[in-house]
Amino acid sequence: MATYSTNEFKSGLKIMIENDPCSIIENEFVKPGKGQAFNRVKMRNLKTGRVLEKTYKSGESVEGADVVDLDLQYLYNDGEMWHFMNKDSYEQCEADANAVSDAKQWIKGEEMCLVTLWNDVPLSVAAPNFVVLEVTDTDPGLKGDTAQGGSKPATLETGAIVKVPLFVENGDLLKIDTRTGEYVSRAKE
Amino acid sequence: MASDTSWHPSASLKVIKQRASLLKQIRSFMNTREIIEVDTPILSHFGISDPYIESMTTSCAAESDALLYLQSSPEFCMKRLLAAGSGSIYQIAHVFRNEESGKRHNTEFTMLEWYHAGFDYYQLMNEVGELLIDIGLERPDKMTYADAFKQTLELNPHTAATSELQTLCKQHGWDDAIDDRHALLDFLFSQAVIKNLEQSKPLFIYDYPECMSALATLKQSEPIVSERFELFISGMEIANGFNELIDADEQVKRFESELTTRSNKGLAEPPIDKDFVAALRSGLPECSGVAVGIDRLLMVLSKKDDINEVSTFTLGSN
Repeated sequence: MATYSTNEFKSGLKIMIENDPCSIIENEFVKPGKGQAFNRVKMRNLKTGRVLEKTYKSGESVEGADVVDLDLQYLYNDGEMWHFMNKDSYEQCEADANAVSDAKQWIKGEEMCLVTLWNDVPLSVAAPNFVVLEVTDTDPGLKGDTAQGGSKPATLETGAIVKVPLFVENGDLLKIDTRTGEYVSRAKE
Repeated sequence: MASDTSWHPSASLKVIKQRASLLKQIRSFMNTREIIEVDTPILSHFGISDPYIESMTTSCAAESDALLYLQSSPEFCMKRLLAAGSGSIYQIAHVFRNEESGKRHNTEFTMLEWYHAGFDYYQLMNEVGELLIDIGLERPDKMTYADAFKQTLELNPHTAATSELQTLCKQHGWDDAIDDRHALLDFLFSQAVIKNLEQSKPLFIYDYPECMSALATLKQSEPIVSERFELFISGMEIANGFNELIDADEQVKRFESELTTRSNKGLAEPPIDKDFVAALRSGLPECSGVAVGIDRLLMVLSKKDDINEVSTFTLGSN
């Protein structure tokens, strides 16, 4: 893998820090007029999600990380691994529970997910921003009650539990924002 | 359809006009003090030996094989003018520093440089203060480099052990702090001292450690300090000035030691400017000089935090 000099640092660049792939969030160039230049770098560890800060003397080099983001189609879960396919090449790969993390409660199959691969192995999976899922279990709805205010829990076909308005009934299709885990609206199909 | 806006200036028209009025105010300030505007070449056969500044180079058909340097400061030519008897002079020039790019750095930027013959660096600090008032800023406070360290880190930068500096650097986020006193002090000053002074008014920091003297005279005090000052506004370095070194032998010694440092670091070693050294030998009048970053001054005046927002066009966004 290539190495990158601090001169090439910019947000989004993927580098290896203590054997973990990291993505640069912010790169601040600090230099006194007559003195040593530094790069103060804020980055996210792509394995743990933690944000860390490091300082480099300008001109130092850091090993790059072989990290790519791909849009892959979710196929199925075999009980242990989640399987994805590249719709262009038909190549498949499998992600473990750690990589699928929060996304697994929103996907049921056929969705296009943003999969981050590190050395060709999925590191993280992001569900589509919005998904439409069927309600499988919720308390009976109050007919005609479309007023604001009340909410109740509803279980969706993927097992996720979301807060929904009181009028929602079993069998309804709901649009969910996966980034916040919140109900958006009822959906037709 | 989205139209292509990449040709647009990166500064707003308002800021572009603000720059025009700033330059006008500076010229009028210099005019009333009978400091003469000069215009020296950007291209030179000589670069700078400062280990922390990278010159940009180019070539020219009339000078086959010769590497030419784009000025990183108009200093050498202006001192040749002083040695030739010009009296106090100033220049507003574009200067170039390779590998410097960020929110406060652009590879090409605008510098105001002026030399006041017969002034020491205290007098020049006062003159810089008057210029600030003229353009609508406050008169700066003054603090020595040592006091700034004492106030924020309770440490004497002149006498602290290098290992003590290293430990502090690590505490402030530089994990691989190296055994280089100048670099350690630079890191602490920018990351721990100037950020924590809670200074709202412009501030002069003066009397720098001997290792940061560049082209400044040394004060034979205890400890020895370089007669140099910098101006900070909201933690951003705006200007750098000093009592100019007029001793040619001492200057050549410093150039040679800088070239050795560059060689040890594997950096390019530009030839020493022999015309500048010859001018020093013929006699440079006692004077003080200062370089002011015009773009950064404009950032302060227009309340922008990115140098791109005060430059008409830049090579690329950072």
